[in-house]
Amino acid sequence: MPWFEDVKIGTSSELGSYTFTQEEIIAFGKKFDPQPFHVDPEAATESAFGGLIASGWHTCSIWMKLMIASRTDDPVEEEPDEDGRTPPRGGPSPGVLDIRWKKSVRPGDTISYRTEVVEKIDLKSRPNLGIVRSLNTGTNQNGETVITFLGQGLVERKAPLNTAN
Amino acid sequence: MTAPIYFWEDIAPDLSFETASHKASTEEIIEFAQEFDPQPFHLDAEAAKDSLLGGLCASGWHICSLSMRLIYDAFLYKCAALGAPGIEEVRWRKPLFVEDTVRVKVTVLEKRSSASKSDMGLVKWQWEMLNQNDETIALLSSWMMFSKRPHPHTPSEEHA
Repeated sequence: MPWFEDVKIGTSSELGSYTFTQEEIIAFGKKFDPQPFHVDPEAATESAFGGLIASGWHTCSIWMKLMIASRTDDPVEEEPDEDGRTPPRGGPSPGVLDIRWKKSVRPGDTISYRTEVVEKIDLKSRPNLGIVRSLNTGTNQNGETVITFLGQGLVERKAPLNTAN
Repeated sequence: MTAPIYFWEDIAPDLSFETASHKASTEEIIEFAQEFDPQPFHLDAEAAKDSLLGGLCASGWHICSLSMRLIYDAFLYKCAALGAPGIEEVRWRKPLFVEDTVRVKVTVLEKRSSASKSDMGLVKWQWEMLNQNDETIALLSSWMMFSKRPHPHTPSEEHA
């Protein structure tokens, strides 16, 4: 990915689509979120959701999966800079903000994920890094938004932030 | 299925509890990463040493999912829970390294009735995952929806 300085606000990319199967929804639920409406199709029918739905953490984890796949499948060729340094790989995240599970994800739903850079934050405490904030969305096959959240990534800077002033 | 014991009314506004502890194995950390977050610092101990995180550690989404499971096993299993509309904030403060033993401290911050559904209430709580040295691994704040206690039985039901 580009250096922090070269990241442009408004840059967006489609991360691809994923179809949630009933088997995967139940498998994830049994491991991490065994509430009846995530693991038991019959009990789910009686629940407020009217049927089996994916754990919200599953919907988030699939975003991550597609984000990593999109970086790997479509590596942007970055030229080494004047010092011969290769641009950064994706870095760790300090956290995410405002996850909204807006609609349930049900077996057979195909969710298309998209990411758009919305903000860049200088870090005085870590002058070699900056935070890039991205708005991530997942949309189902009917065009309904099922999830949105603000992701954050620590991205290396080409040159340290000038913290003198 | 265990019948719900805890309705929205039963959750004290100052409720606080800790989940059981869980030792995160190398295998489970790599397994989650292979499926959902295949970055070198979640997959490969050697590559992880040279990363910003400094060692093989769990995906942030694994941390969230594992917290969910610990909280389910400690508390949610007995609640009439209706899911969460979302999460206000997740902070990944320190890596969860392989073989760390973690637990989650849960603190209720706020309660309110649903404006749109009279049979539902919401609880805002904070989840704090701690490691064996009591260092904060992750902090999360979220609203969760719970059923309200059903109305008292009518006489006809009582005598049915």
